[in-house]
Amino acid sequence: MIGVIEYGMGNIQSVVNALEFLSVKCTVIHEASEIEKAEKIILPGVGAFGEGIEKLRQKSYVEALQKAVIEKKKPFLGICLGMQLICKESFEFGHFLGLNWIDACVKRLQVPKHYRIPHVGWNNVRIKKKNRLLAQENNTGDSDVYFVHSYYVDALDADFTIATCEYGCEFPAAIEQDNIFAVQFHPEKSQRAGLAILSNFARV
Amino acid sequence: MLKRRLLPVLFLKNGLIVRSEGFSYHQNLGNPLSEVARYSEWDVDELIYIDISTEKFYDLRRDDLKVTGKSNLLDIIRDVSKVCFMPLTFGGGVRTLDDIRNRLLMGADKITINTIAIEEPDFITKSSKIFGSQCIVVSVDYKRVDGSPKVFKGGREPTNLDVVEWAKIAEDKGAGEIFLNSIDNDGAAEGYDIETIRKVNESLGIPVIACGGAGTFSDFVECAQKTNVSAIAAGNIFHFTELAYPKAKEALLKQGINIRKPN
Repeated sequence: MIGVIEYGMGNIQSVVNALEFLSVKCTVIHEASEIEKAEKIILPGVGAFGEGIEKLRQKSYVEALQKAVIEKKKPFLGICLGMQLICKESFEFGHFLGLNWIDACVKRLQVPKHYRIPHVGWNNVRIKKKNRLLAQENNTGDSDVYFVHSYYVDALDADFTIATCEYGCEFPAAIEQDNIFAVQFHPEKSQRAGLAILSNFARV
Repeated sequence: MLKRRLLPVLFLKNGLIVRSEGFSYHQNLGNPLSEVARYSEWDVDELIYIDISTEKFYDLRRDDLKVTGKSNLLDIIRDVSKVCFMPLTFGGGVRTLDDIRNRLLMGADKITINTIAIEEPDFITKSSKIFGSQCIVVSVDYKRVDGSPKVFKGGREPTNLDVVEWAKIAEDKGAGEIFLNSIDNDGAAEGYDIETIRKVNESLGIPVIACGGAGTFSDFVECAQKTNVSAIAAGNIFHFTELAYPKAKEALLKQGINIRKPN
């Protein structure tokens, strides 16, 4: 059973819909106490970092997530804001501390002048290393996935960066560190290519 | 490399998909859920729904129901997002932060705001701080008045705002994208308002979605070649032409436009 964390930050339903479409058992988690019953956890999220981490704290999710993901090593997938929240800190609308599970900070995309921010739309990812999340068969560097973000996880050279994307600069598109997975794009919004990723996570 | 987007726009009126012309003539085209299955099959880049209902009453006209069904926009969003694994933008009738939150919870990814943005520009800032600017699309409807493009609030009420100036204000206030609609070109099928689209696009640093006027696939090509807009949107053409979306993409690809290849 995959638990999808609801914390008032965006489109939870579409993640649930995608999992249901794939016939993967899932449940929406509304309270920190419910995290325990999930075997795997997805932290989706659209929105600003400060608001997101504040909501996680308010609902006492921080400790419960820490216990499930760091102590019990349950597989975790962060999506978009969910990828950013597991970082050390962010500089979006101020300075905020994150969950600090991966050694990286969140910064605004540094792009040449004619590039627009946010980075919105379909872009292809480049797989950097063997991993359990992204399709391996044809090393699908060409499959487009849907991005919508202005900030990114600054960890291009980190060991945990398994795929990158290029938009004015190269940035991590997906990470894997032990039981922790995260993607900057939206697999639940990336048609077939995205559904394959969710399906891979369900099988981890 | 980031692809440029081609987006179908669906106008909802009282729960039904309608065709729009000059923002006023509306012809019923059917049930939003049967339409969406087609767009899902076409593997479209993104879908935009604009609710232009004047009454808060939704009738899905389901043939399988003997009783008149009433459903609200949130139900429509929920049902659409169940079968659509692509980005969904919903607009129309957004007045409060809760309106945005509820739409996102039901499965919307981005929200367009129009009237409230003009009446209370700080709402753009407030909402983008909470939901992220990438989620807040400011919809700008404009019409030429004595030759110069002026913003029309909610597509109906004239304002004195110049379209470029207003788009810049919206960007400064925190909008993530501008959804630019020409009221004059809407439903006319005579091509896009290249001049205004280019002007607005060149004065902004956020993505612009251009809408209004596509009558043939070459109108898409012209807009893509003559402007640098991030996305091109259209409504009617996708309803009335057989396999319009995949064919439009083919036409764009043939001209070397950088778009996502259909599956």
